[in-house]
Amino acid sequence: MARRIAIASAMSVAGETAPRAALRGPRWDGRFTVLILFLPPALLLFTLFVVLPIGEAAWYSAFNWNGFGRPTNWIGLDNYRFVLETRAFWLALRNNGLIIAVSLAIQLPLALTLALMLAERFRGAVVLRMLFFMPYILAEIATGLIFSFVYDGDYGLVASIWRSFGAEPPHLLASTDTAMLAVLIVIVWKYFGFHMMLFIAALQSLDKSLVEAARIDGATRTQALRHVVIPLLYPTIRLSVFFAIIGSLQLFDLVMPLTRGGPADSSNTMVSFLYNNGISRMRVGYGSAIGVILFVICLTFAFTYKRWFMRDE
Amino acid sequence: MSRAETTRAPFDPAVLFKTVFLAVVAVFVLVPLLATLLGGFKSLGELRVNPFGWPTHWEWQNYADILFSARYWQLLRNSLIISTLTVTLTLIVASMAAFTFAHVRFFGSSMLLSYLTLGLLFPAATAVLPLFIKVRDLGLLDTYFGVALPQVAFSLAMSVLLLRRFFKDIPYELLEAALVDGCSYIKFFRYVTLPLSRPILATVGTITFVNSWNAYLLPLVMLNTDALYPWPLGIMIYQGEYSSEWHLILAFITLTILPTIILFLLAQKHIVAGLTAGAVKG
Repeated sequence: MARRIAIASAMSVAGETAPRAALRGPRWDGRFTVLILFLPPALLLFTLFVVLPIGEAAWYSAFNWNGFGRPTNWIGLDNYRFVLETRAFWLALRNNGLIIAVSLAIQLPLALTLALMLAERFRGAVVLRMLFFMPYILAEIATGLIFSFVYDGDYGLVASIWRSFGAEPPHLLASTDTAMLAVLIVIVWKYFGFHMMLFIAALQSLDKSLVEAARIDGATRTQALRHVVIPLLYPTIRLSVFFAIIGSLQLFDLVMPLTRGGPADSSNTMVSFLYNNGISRMRVGYGSAIGVILFVICLTFAFTYKRWFMRDE
Repeated sequence: MSRAETTRAPFDPAVLFKTVFLAVVAVFVLVPLLATLLGGFKSLGELRVNPFGWPTHWEWQNYADILFSARYWQLLRNSLIISTLTVTLTLIVASMAAFTFAHVRFFGSSMLLSYLTLGLLFPAATAVLPLFIKVRDLGLLDTYFGVALPQVAFSLAMSVLLLRRFFKDIPYELLEAALVDGCSYIKFFRYVTLPLSRPILATVGTITFVNSWNAYLLPLVMLNTDALYPWPLGIMIYQGEYSSEWHLILAFITLTILPTIILFLLAQKHIVAGLTAGAVKG
């Protein structure tokens, strides 16, 4: 097939006086081969493993089904009702909200401050950048395990600090009051470096003459920062917020080694809630309903956010 | 800027603040990592009284036992197989699709591209139960491919976007000239596009590798046999078995994240470029 077309196009080149016409014309000049050979693998894989399962989740969510045989026990929207009546679902949703709040209120300003400090060239800047970025590439599972050691009430670092003050060490991950707080600290530890790198990349591609012009016009460093640099970073800030929110909705691996969503569901995220209640018990209908809800939240958020905040990109 | 700093008065509060701030963050990042590394060299008793400091007695045995166990190497081997499969398939499939989107104009091209981009907007976890049933029905449950194929599918969106942007920048005249000389599109792809695109292929390959190497949820759902487990699953089981023997767990963690850190130090340029790539221009 490929050879025939290659020959055909070679012949058309040899025979025609205007060879370029062969390229532009709606002829079988090799583009068709590319189209039918190169595109299908990607489309097939994507459809089979990403798109179809979403559709099937919507279908399965109408059944009470344990995954064996065919789904027959149609229960309509009951699974959704069960999900919405579960207290743990609302806790998980609240926790995702908390993660987003911490990302916006603590992680983002921290990342931005560090980026402003480290975008300049000085000895050690590159090393510090790499150091701060490193937690991001570590596996979430490994990070979770490291911090379950840090928080361990008998052997951990926190316990040792408490003991040196003569206090009884707390078991942070075992208490409903502190488990989520402990998880939030790990999230900041792991992800601030990624957001910092986003800002550094943006700062380095920034037009420096604008800042210089402001300085020449008499703006102080702080004024130049507030009225020139930060506004120029708005697109990146919006992007960083977008990643923080999508990331919060996906968070799972980190929670498992730390708390598994416990105690008493106090540190579940949406995905760990889905895992604990749907996947690990093979409640396919119920789990699919959670998945569909999560999917709708993600998509609604993504499209609204794009429309409202990222119109120009 | 740096010259100004060195000649400035030694007690500039701004510089002092900056130094202290950076030092505090560096300590915040480093202490858990160093404590993990050093904890692996301590005995359990010493870990309890001295989790922060240098080991008074270096217990090389902790690390040696793991390094000489078949288990550790089996986990790494499984992870390496799954990641290599995922990276290879992603690069082949994504670069072919990206080439089509970059160079062939056809009806519905932009629609199909936005169809693929949908994959960026929601997590794999949303449909993991139906995905499990699909993989089971295909007979791929408990195989390397059962993990690798869905991973490829989920990494396609990002990979195709990055590759297409790069392919589009290859001058059109080059393609035109090649076609006039009788080169086919496929040969052009093989002998011109791919060799010219080594940097972006390296970037996409590295991100895909890191993601696959660190993945937990998909292998957890798709694999049942211990012998096939990649390291994130294996380390969770290890932790379950040695629940409070933290010195062994810390040594195990250190040895399993070591490959990632080495890869990071070797390929940091590609990793940083790739992981922040979506940001520069989406």
